[in-house]
Amino acid sequence: MKITLEEVRRIAGLAHIQSSDAGDEELELMRGQLDQVLAFVDKLNALDTRGVEPAIGVAEGMTGPLREDVPGATLAEEEALSNAPESGRGHFKVPRVIT
Amino acid sequence: MTDLARLGAGPLRDLFARGEASAVEIVRAHLDHLGRVEPRVEAFLSVMADAAQTRAVWLDRSRSSGEPAGALAGVPVAIKDVLCVRGAPTTCGSRILEGFRPPFDATCVKSLVDAGAVILGKTNMDEFAMGSSTEHSAFKRTRNPWDLERVPGGSSGGSAAAVAAREVPLAVGTDTGGSIRQPAAFTATVGLKPTYGRVSRYGLVAFASSLDQAGPIARTVRDAAMGLSAMAGHDPRDMTSSVEPVADYIGAAEGRGREIAGLRVGVPREFFGRGLDPEVAAGVRRCHDALAARGAEIVEVSLPATDFAIAAYYLVATAEASSNLARYDGVRYGFRDPHASTLKEMYGRTRQAGFGPEVKRRIMLGTYALSAGYYDAYYLKAMRARTLIRSDFARAFEKVDVLVGPTTPTPAFRLGEKLDDPLAMYLSDIYTVTANLSGVPAMSIPCGFTKAGLPIGCQILGRYFDEPTIFSVAAALESDLNVMKQAPPLAVDD
Repeated sequence: MKITLEEVRRIAGLAHIQSSDAGDEELELMRGQLDQVLAFVDKLNALDTRGVEPAIGVAEGMTGPLREDVPGATLAEEEALSNAPESGRGHFKVPRVIT
Repeated sequence: MTDLARLGAGPLRDLFARGEASAVEIVRAHLDHLGRVEPRVEAFLSVMADAAQTRAVWLDRSRSSGEPAGALAGVPVAIKDVLCVRGAPTTCGSRILEGFRPPFDATCVKSLVDAGAVILGKTNMDEFAMGSSTEHSAFKRTRNPWDLERVPGGSSGGSAAAVAAREVPLAVGTDTGGSIRQPAAFTATVGLKPTYGRVSRYGLVAFASSLDQAGPIARTVRDAAMGLSAMAGHDPRDMTSSVEPVADYIGAAEGRGREIAGLRVGVPREFFGRGLDPEVAAGVRRCHDALAARGAEIVEVSLPATDFAIAAYYLVATAEASSNLARYDGVRYGFRDPHASTLKEMYGRTRQAGFGPEVKRRIMLGTYALSAGYYDAYYLKAMRARTLIRSDFARAFEKVDVLVGPTTPTPAFRLGEKLDDPLAMYLSDIYTVTANLSGVPAMSIPCGFTKAGLPIGCQILGRYFDEPTIFSVAAALESDLNVMKQAPPLAVDD
């Protein structure tokens, strides 16, 4: 077994995917599926990557040019807030932060 | 009157530009046809009939007043619901973005509209483009127009199905691990994943930023070239967008590009191993034969890291997704669970209720691969494998000009067949993920049908920014194989 139910709970906590509604059955299904995928990706261990640099950034030889550092048009406050589930006085509103 | 909904983007644009068909007529013909086939195909998440008709009236007025017609003037297009269209619902196939209306257009959408295209609607997709069948959409199941019991592929299944069913001549898809090419192969359409950086990602809702790329899906090679011509180019709003000059794709698609005689065509050995359906293999071999008959040199090449590509892909893509999808927290847009009393509880409940099972699985896998103690073994190892995959292509393209192989190991599978087996679904991307991991351009074109009448896709991969050679090869095969004129029965009998 690659991953335990306890680890699944911990990862769900890190990813903020959880609620008291998620029963053990749902978590066990997730555990089994993650286990299967992790067992599969373990085949990478058979690949010799000694001395190989990780492929960070866009493909070789491609560089993103930087734009001039001048301010451009931005969204108006009203537009930026127009999709918010809850807003007020020019801000996004959220439930209590400190408990 | 010609049935306008059977015509491609090129012919429609020319009829409009010559004044032989109005945009209003073109849009009405497509909306009528869409109304007849859509209940069976369900390719669209939203149809923008009113906006399309209003725009058609404007285009007609503009043409009568002597304005020059744009490169896509009067052409109806469909946009995958992962691309922002200002003021129009953009859900990414997810409950968590229900009700979201972007305050801006994706750059590639704006480019199409600037060229005169008319947006007919937004197409269905696997939630956040995570899937290979479009069954992971939170809203509906799209069916394959060639066989309604089968999937259209994914994640751009709605865009491919809409094009195949003649609802639109041209659609935009996005491809992170094969999401344009695999549905194109399953629906007998032409689908191109351009070179990474060729089309701006601004306004493309991110799944895996280092892999995502938008591209055209069409019924002819030339229509796909028209789509890419409109969308390609540098965009200062996307720092990974390239300044490489935009080439003449349409010329290449019309046969004015590279000669096929003398072209070196690579056959990647690893694409013809275990798991490849014999009918798919035979279809692709016909492409090799056709190119050889035109004087191309067929060369076997090896891409040894291919066997590790799916494993590397599902670590890199999920790691990036876990980070990109952190933004869906119920604060600024989309769905918020109304029952939470604290912020932390609101995050958890919103994401638990708003994301579907596949998205949760991938966020979990990516979070795990990036978490302390596992980063080196999983994420970093996958990124080293990615370097080896890039080196494979660099070596192969020293010897050959293009690679030609299958797009998918099998033709379209049945609805529900792989839904409960995530790994089996992942493995259907075996031949497509390497183009994303390396960034090279790749196209799927129809090359035949199985005995059961299911489309077979042939994949053409090229050097960085060498889309023109891909279009040249695709155009030659289109003309020699003569399979693209066929339409699914459903689109003919309606």
